[in-house]
Amino acid sequence: MPATPVLELRGVDKSFGPVKVLHDVSFTAHAGEVTALVGDNGAGKTTLVKGIGGVHAFDRGVYRFDGRPVRPRSPRDAAALGIEIVHQDLALCENLDIVENMFLGRERSHGIALDEAAMEEAAAATLSRLSVRTVGSVRRRVSELSGGQRQTVAIARAALWDSRLVVLDEPSAALGVAQTQQVLELVRRLADRGLAVVLISHNMNDVFAVSDRVAALYLGRTVAQVRTADVTHRQVVELITSGRSGDLGPRA
Amino acid sequence: MSTDLPKSEKPAVKFAAGDFAGDRPPGDMRSAALDAWQRVRSGDLGATPAILGLLGLIVLFTALRPETFLSKGNIANLFTQALPITILAMGLVFVLLLGEIDLSAGVASGVCAAVMAKLLVDAGQPWYVAVLAAVAVGIVIGTALGAFVALVRIPSFVVSLALFLGLQGITLRLIGEGGTVPVRDDVINALANKNMPVGLGWALAAAVIVGYAATEFLRWRGQHARGLAARPIQFVGARVGVVTLAVLGGTYLLSQDRAPGPIVLAGVPWGVLLVAVLLIICTFVLGRTRYGRHVYAVGGNAEAARRAGINVTRIRVSVFMIASTLAAISGIVAASRLSSVATNSGAGNTLLYAVGAAVIGGTSLFGGRGKARDAVLGGLVIAVIDNGLGLLGTKAYLNFLITGVVLLLAASIDATARRRRSEMGR
Ligand SMILES: Nc1ncnc2c1ncn2[C@@H]1O[C@H](COP(=O)(O)OP(=O)(O)OP(=O)(O)O)[C@@H](O)[C@H]1O
Ligand SMILES: [Mg+2]
Repeated sequence: MPATPVLELRGVDKSFGPVKVLHDVSFTAHAGEVTALVGDNGAGKTTLVKGIGGVHAFDRGVYRFDGRPVRPRSPRDAAALGIEIVHQDLALCENLDIVENMFLGRERSHGIALDEAAMEEAAAATLSRLSVRTVGSVRRRVSELSGGQRQTVAIARAALWDSRLVVLDEPSAALGVAQTQQVLELVRRLADRGLAVVLISHNMNDVFAVSDRVAALYLGRTVAQVRTADVTHRQVVELITSGRSGDLGPRA
Repeated sequence: MSTDLPKSEKPAVKFAAGDFAGDRPPGDMRSAALDAWQRVRSGDLGATPAILGLLGLIVLFTALRPETFLSKGNIANLFTQALPITILAMGLVFVLLLGEIDLSAGVASGVCAAVMAKLLVDAGQPWYVAVLAAVAVGIVIGTALGAFVALVRIPSFVVSLALFLGLQGITLRLIGEGGTVPVRDDVINALANKNMPVGLGWALAAAVIVGYAATEFLRWRGQHARGLAARPIQFVGARVGVVTLAVLGGTYLLSQDRAPGPIVLAGVPWGVLLVAVLLIICTFVLGRTRYGRHVYAVGGNAEAARRAGINVTRIRVSVFMIASTLAAISGIVAASRLSSVATNSGAGNTLLYAVGAAVIGGTSLFGGRGKARDAVLGGLVIAVIDNGLGLLGTKAYLNFLITGVVLLLAASIDATARRRRSEMGR
């Protein structure tokens, strides 16, 4: 068992005005593992992820990163810690090419001129490290890419930096079978490279294919966080839909 | 689904072959041609329509007016005619890249020119003070416009329409009803009416060509050596060839003696040098700096840019400042060309011509696509139309109609290209 989790949340609350979305949520993510975060629509997954990524702050609770208490106030703060979020809607610029998108907002330059060569090399190296075969086409515009390729670019962008934690909000939601597999493969490789990966998904097959642990949210509460190998499909579905399954979930 | 596999065997998913199978090793002619074809099919036509249109129009007007259109005097005239439109359009490219519009750029150029003229004539200030003041006024106008668009969040066409009206009032107030202010300053007038020595023109042309060829080939060599995606050398050569031809041809035409009498009148107008310098600066800023990259990003997907940590508000304000600053310079050049500033300076079809120039050159009205050179190509097309129709002696009403149709045509190409792009994606 890894000693300290990369990410540890304990007793986290979050309200939007009078609406309390997260209640006393606890969640951990370990290096080298894929942690699936499941829950029904509106369970609070995206809200939790945005809190992790510094898009908004949690109201209460403990947020530890590598064991240290932190409080990222913006996506920039989170990125500085080594947290990268791939949002539900990808946030790529279609008129820019792959390299330009991967370095967007963090361009390398010498003097006032952009260092295109260095950026292209780094982008190509990252993609090939993740076994994405893009030789010679990292200069393709995103508008020319398929949905799966776009997702790949978004994920590779998160892996380009010295990130410790990558969170993917429903990366395969709009993808076909082959492209979903490709993205899952990529997710697995990120974890195998020692990153902590959090994967939000509604698809049980994806969850079981790729994750090491699964955490379930039900109406804004954590109802379970267990090793994927210790549970069955049915149990996870029950956790999602009713918040409990056999001896899993909070005591009534 | 087996859930009890040891972790090392976890990848139960197999890499989907073929998703990036379109990838080819870079640099060979065939794949580059395929790439280019792919781009054209996806509606990305680059400078091709503008260049073809320009050549077509030149052939047309030469056929219709063989003795006047290609005469030496008229060609020089054509270039100086294109100067103010081109400079105004170059500023508008920045605004259009964000998918915004500045309807007030034309009259802003008029106000700036009026400020300059008043300082020169009434206050007796030296030319550089007057020019600096005009540019400062341009920056102020752009900042105000940008602030209303980016901070108050009013659509840019509304803010700039309000300015379009308001600024005409200011010009009217400065110049006085129905009046004109003559501009007699030698330096200002030289801009559009005086030429550089023929030798200097050739020297600068050579410098531009050598500089361009060197940057292109050095970049290609660097990319090639480091194994990066590079266009095949033939493509680079062809581009350099086209630019060389255009620069040498232009310099040659402008170096001919175009005076009807015994006095020699030859050389590249100084204003052409000004446009060349602005073109180089704007091309560098847009293509090679972080700022330029962020302009494209905001134009492509403002939300993505914001999430990437780009200050979208600052970018929005800045493009309007750039547009108005270049509008001020355009107003100065226009004043130089006419040796006067009138109450209707920068009004009328000035803005329509400039927007038309940018769009004809290939800049998209929908944001995210466009280059500084579009302004030059489009500015030449507009000047050729305006000039050619003048030589044909067409009535003013036809002139308006034809220019309107050309703008509509360019916008249609732009909209069609955009539709094709969104159909190609996914
Ligand atoms: N900014 C906000 N203001 C008010 N309520 C919000 C806000 N953002 C989210 N909510 C509410 O919080 C709840 C959880 O939303 P969230 O987006 O986190 O769900 P989710 O688990 O990601 O759902 P999905 O699977 O559909 O993506 C929802 O009821 C939603 O209406
Ligand atoms: Mg969500």
